[in-house]
Amino acid sequence: MIRVLSIFFAAAAAIASANTASAMTIEKIVSPAGIEAWLVREKALPLVTLNYAFHGGTTQDDAEKAGTANLAAALLDEGAGDLDGKAFHERVENHAIELGFQVGRDYIHGSLRALNEHRDEAFDLLRLALTSPRFDADAIDRLRGQTMATLQRDTTNPNDLASRRWWQTAFPDHPYGREGKGTLESVPRITAADMREYVRRVFARNELKVSIVGDVDAKTAGMLIDRAFGALPAKNDLKPIANATPSGLGRRIVINVDVPQAVVTFGGQGIARQDPEFMAAYIVNHILGGGSFSSRLYREVREKRGLAYGVSDSLVWFRRAAVMLGGTATRADRTADALAVIEQEVKRMAEEGPTPDELAAAKSFLKGSYALSLDTSGKIAAQLTQIQIDDLGIDYVQRRSALIDAVTIEDAKRVAKRLYGGGLLVTIAGKPKGLTSSGATE
Amino acid sequence: MLSRTNLTLIALVTVIATPSLAVAQQRGPEVADFTLANGLELVVIPDHRAPVVTHMIWYKVGAADETPGKSGLAHFLEHLMFKGTAKNPTGKFSQVVARIGGQENAFTSQDYTGYYQRVPSDQLKTVMEFEADRMTGLQLTDDVVLPERNVILEEQNQRIGNNPRARLGEQIDAALYLNNPYGKPVIGWRHEMEELSRDDAIGFYRRFYAPNNAVVVIAGDVDPAKARALVEETYGKVPRHNNLPPRIRAQEPPPVAARSLTLADARAEIPTLQREYLVPSFATSKRGESMALEVLAHILGSGSNSRLYRGLVVDKQVAVAANAWYDASTLDLSKFAIGGSPRPGVTLTQLEAETDAIVVEVIAKGVTAEELERAKTRLIADAVYALDNQASMARWYGTALTTGASVNDVKNWPDRIRAVTAEQVQDAARQWLDKRRSVTGYLVKDVSPQAEKRS
Repeated sequence: MIRVLSIFFAAAAAIASANTASAMTIEKIVSPAGIEAWLVREKALPLVTLNYAFHGGTTQDDAEKAGTANLAAALLDEGAGDLDGKAFHERVENHAIELGFQVGRDYIHGSLRALNEHRDEAFDLLRLALTSPRFDADAIDRLRGQTMATLQRDTTNPNDLASRRWWQTAFPDHPYGREGKGTLESVPRITAADMREYVRRVFARNELKVSIVGDVDAKTAGMLIDRAFGALPAKNDLKPIANATPSGLGRRIVINVDVPQAVVTFGGQGIARQDPEFMAAYIVNHILGGGSFSSRLYREVREKRGLAYGVSDSLVWFRRAAVMLGGTATRADRTADALAVIEQEVKRMAEEGPTPDELAAAKSFLKGSYALSLDTSGKIAAQLTQIQIDDLGIDYVQRRSALIDAVTIEDAKRVAKRLYGGGLLVTIAGKPKGLTSSGATE
Repeated sequence: MLSRTNLTLIALVTVIATPSLAVAQQRGPEVADFTLANGLELVVIPDHRAPVVTHMIWYKVGAADETPGKSGLAHFLEHLMFKGTAKNPTGKFSQVVARIGGQENAFTSQDYTGYYQRVPSDQLKTVMEFEADRMTGLQLTDDVVLPERNVILEEQNQRIGNNPRARLGEQIDAALYLNNPYGKPVIGWRHEMEELSRDDAIGFYRRFYAPNNAVVVIAGDVDPAKARALVEETYGKVPRHNNLPPRIRAQEPPPVAARSLTLADARAEIPTLQREYLVPSFATSKRGESMALEVLAHILGSGSNSRLYRGLVVDKQVAVAANAWYDASTLDLSKFAIGGSPRPGVTLTQLEAETDAIVVEVIAKGVTAEELERAKTRLIADAVYALDNQASMARWYGTALTTGASVNDVKNWPDRIRAVTAEQVQDAARQWLDKRRSVTGYLVKDVSPQAEKRS
């Protein structure tokens, strides 16, 4: 049921401080089969950590078969090659190997962790999972049942209701608007052939990003990478995805569900990762609602008024769209107040931008906190993969502090207007007193 | 505060079959352990891979130490500890932590309350000064206390009120503990939370917050001698508390009756079965017993080849999910939980019967050598994996030292897991997985007319 995986949720933000940048050396290596990877040698611990991503996530699902990529990912370790699910899991568990797969909208991400003594076995099992997953009928039936149970549970969960409606409304005719797990209607339609087709189209070497951290030299790392990925086809076969911008800004949608606390999702337009003003936007958004105890939203909604336990927002970017997305949860009789405060703060930021003091404090935080996001092998490997996906360059870790320092108060004000001036789409699940849907017909 | 979200969760949910005392073996760091003249204990776990440190202070006080009628007070005080002192007014500490690029948070369980900062290693003394200052210098007024009380009420809604399965867990705990305060939720009962006052919080603070009731754990880029000197200069100046109350809680009578309860919730789309057994923790067990329970929890309910998952989900196909967990790190008697959700068309009664059959089989026939080896391999590997995360290391030591274990107990944990025999696992199942020691909870959908009308 509920599993607490990680106690410390590190801030996703990774920003350079000269200190750490020099402490960690990232090597670009190319395997004998020609696969490029980034390597960080870490000799202190007897283990290896791998992180990788293939282009092609839930956007590759057909609308009527939404959930295909997710179900396929869940089945990768349920039997591969000559090993049925039981045998595969036994091999994994006997060697305390960790294999993980996670599907996003644009990418499917994977991770592997193993003790040095078992790393060959670990990379062999990964190859089997990627190149010859079995998709046995009994395993499909079982995992489909689990997905259906989750989807059924989501139908009365206010967090899922608010979030789903937000995405559907913001991207009504685009794969970004769909729930990655699929729907109660689409999941029963998914076949083994659909999942084999997903694997065939997506698992290829050409857009593969690989990061490896551990007590391993470049030559060995290259051999391990080929062991896992060398047998994959050279080129993927992806459906093109159209550019999109969030729609429905200015609308408010109330979803009635009988819960003591209303859950609010709010969001608006975002900014592309490659946009020259991205860093300015990132800093400004940190000031508005980033995950520290000093953001404006936190101070106004929680600290001063006690309206919610949590409130925050973040910038979310994809290959073909970008949004600002936030949320809170608040008592039904004060939901309107909380929402008014949030809308007021967003508007004020758009009109006035941050103060010079706020800008200086945010820069200082974002530079200094960099080291904390790179203090475990898993975090380093995941971060390197993201830098590769965002195409920021292998020296990004060193350059990032300077990019932050270069943002001026004028930059910040200009980007604040651009980012928050377009209005918000708000979805609310619960029984918020005095609030109804508005802004357009449903 | 905001991400206090994540941490308090541990207290309410508990980690599944994770080695609560796990850590370091042959290749582990040299962990240092000191006690200052004023009674403060210091543990240092060096890890020089990145120029950062995790600094934590753990107070040996939690929800189980609250006065009856004041449930939620330990956690409320945790929130109020961010409201400033005479020397450092509201928000100053958090602003400084943010300026230096640090992270901070706090958490409360039945047995401990903890605060931490993760900062660049050259800033260690700065955060120690702030933390030592708020050990005795907290100042509270109603204009910060009252909004914060609304915050914890919203936290209760978010964690429990809005979540049917969390509501079930709360009811099971309340029924399991007949006499011990673990039956009260850490977050509190709402009607009592609504009445908590500034004076309640300050009274609790003065009673329990003192150097001789705390453990400081520092993991990361610092050497023990240096850490000790910094601790002497900061915490070392806080005077000892001479009237600390002893940690004596009401204990459980021997359980004699299997109990069950049903929670009907209109939002419970998927029924759930959960059973908790009253079992020893590390601190209350005979030697080796809690390790046997950890191995048993792993074999029964962790992963795709566990007895419950394989039996209920794969072979009999009566469940969509099945698991087991055990928490070794509590000062008083702990709990061992098993549970699952039935497949559509299967009743909770059928699922319970099949679950019972699996437990009975383990009691009667024990576990196989292969299962035992697999579980031990995994648990011991977790101790090696933990070395990669300084924050996890700090948390394990802090948990251990506030729930009746020692630094050596943590260090020896892998050896003790290695020493567990199949016979001990079977004995543990036979002795502790006795229905008379348990509460079985059923979560079902409320289909009464009132529920229909409400939704």
